[in-house]
Amino acid sequence: MNAIATFALEKFYLTGFWRKHPKQALKPLTLEVPEGEIFGYLGPNGAGKTTTLRLLMGLVKPTAGSSKILNGTIEDPAIRAQIGFLPEQPYFYDYLTAVELLTYYAQLSGVPAGERQRRVASTLDRVGLAKDAVHTQLRKFSKGMLQRVGIAQAILHQPKLVFLDEPMSGLDPIGRREVRDLIASLKDEGKTVFFSTHILSDAEALCDRVAIVANGELRGVGAVAEMTSSLGGNMEVVWEGEGANEAIKALGRELRVAGAITRSVVPESMLNQVLDILRAKNARIISVTPVRATLEDYFLQKLAQTSGGAD
Amino acid sequence: MRIGYIAANTFREAVRDRVLYNLIVFAFLMIGASLVLGQITIGVERELLVNLGLAAIAFFGVLIAIFIGIGLVSKEIDKRTVYTVLTRPVQRWQFILGKYFGLVGTLAVNTFFMGCGLFLALLYMTHKFERADIYVLIAIFFVFLQMVIVTSFTMLFSSFSTPIESAVMAFCFFVIGSFSTDLHSLSASAKGIVKVFATIAAYVVPNISALNVSTAVAHGEAVAGATVALNLGYALLYSGAMVAAAALIFQRRNMK
Ligand SMILES: Nc1ncnc2c1ncn2[C@@H]1O[C@H](COP(=O)(O)OP(=O)(O)O)[C@@H](O)[C@H]1O
Ligand SMILES: [Mg+2]
Repeated sequence: MNAIATFALEKFYLTGFWRKHPKQALKPLTLEVPEGEIFGYLGPNGAGKTTTLRLLMGLVKPTAGSSKILNGTIEDPAIRAQIGFLPEQPYFYDYLTAVELLTYYAQLSGVPAGERQRRVASTLDRVGLAKDAVHTQLRKFSKGMLQRVGIAQAILHQPKLVFLDEPMSGLDPIGRREVRDLIASLKDEGKTVFFSTHILSDAEALCDRVAIVANGELRGVGAVAEMTSSLGGNMEVVWEGEGANEAIKALGRELRVAGAITRSVVPESMLNQVLDILRAKNARIISVTPVRATLEDYFLQKLAQTSGGAD
Repeated sequence: MRIGYIAANTFREAVRDRVLYNLIVFAFLMIGASLVLGQITIGVERELLVNLGLAAIAFFGVLIAIFIGIGLVSKEIDKRTVYTVLTRPVQRWQFILGKYFGLVGTLAVNTFFMGCGLFLALLYMTHKFERADIYVLIAIFFVFLQMVIVTSFTMLFSSFSTPIESAVMAFCFFVIGSFSTDLHSLSASAKGIVKVFATIAAYVVPNISALNVSTAVAHGEAVAGATVALNLGYALLYSGAMVAAAALIFQRRNMK
């Protein structure tokens, strides 16, 4: 079953003083996310990630198209009871303490009264909020602490499906690591996670599948491994002996020379040719290692492909 | 249930705001001042105290209703605190009702304390309670009904305009409403276009003047039971309509 499905979901914002200038923040988006996946929604700033999440959450009405959440509609409170949502740069009632805030949200989410206190405490513990912080008013919280409160409120009521808009933003490297582990543990509990990010390494480490958006347009969807392998692998070749360097340079490859050792990165398709040259010139081959393409390579390629046509 | 939780949180927000206490202190100062004034005017001490005291309660109550009312919903949208509320199993109309009851509850508690202040001042002045004091109590209740109405249209205005615009509109509505008796007589006597406008205004703008019985009560006059029932019914109907309109607008709107 699909946890999320969108059908030509589209959004124009009316901008300008008289709201006369339509701006297309999201071009018709059709996307399916099966249950149990960690799905990354990637794109540079202004790509339309937050807009997509606001549409999915029913906070903003689509100009056209529709979406289904857990086979129902977000308008249905029974569906909303099963989802969690972390907004981008979350802000909360700053006159409350973390415990008060989460207790309030537990009430609204229908967590039984007898369970609330325990659930609030265990969730705060899970997101790593220090014991002495939980009874401090949120106005005294740092950005990173607010982000943790935000994650806590999104998972507090044990939702089946969690939406996180830039969950790692505002966190230090240790915090990012903890949030990554937490997202992975949500998957282990059988939950579906849909999160947006502009930081590719976060997605690469976590996601079953990712979608790439730029300028409000979907540029690609698929498993991370598929995407990176579609780029074709490169090989790093290291050898000793300068005799071969001129001939390899002639193939258009860049060389990095350190003393007697030379290294060069060549496409897999050229590998045999390069090795033949090295043998012919009596160079001593030290190593041949595949260089894994990263999501970043794919991403940059996707952005480059279509950016010419935009606007 | 959820409406109650939202109302309780709204109440908690107001109670933790220092502005509220400043306004209440001002109200007490005004009641105290009328006590002092009363002592230098012989014969009409009680009349003066009741008149000024009720005016102070109404003035500060309406001020709180407008100043908290304009931000009641719009602040939640601006600061995006609605995001994590409306994505829970809470209906938008429940949110509006919860916010409304939260502020009305705050105003009820305020009015109670300010009313206690007025009665303490009365007791200090006359050293006894008299039958006419019951009507002062009714007058305070009517002042509270004014706040119930003011809160409702302030919330309606703030559901489609900026806080400053809402404050201006709400203030105008309150002032015009305080002269609504004159509007009714104008609509009866005027002709042509003036009559049309006066009639529309007379029914759209709340009848605040009917809820102002302080002069009569200060004179020691009685308030009829039928008046109480009529005023209560009117306040409930009018504010109900305003809150329903606010909920309808909120139901359709985009949260930025
Ligand atoms: N409320 C709004 N009104 C007008 N334009 C908006 C609004 N929200 C977002 N946009 C525009 O829509 C585009 C996408 O924004 P957003 O969804 O926030 O991107 P992302 O989250 O990927 O950084 C941007 O160009 C942004 O300026
Ligand atoms: Mg964003």
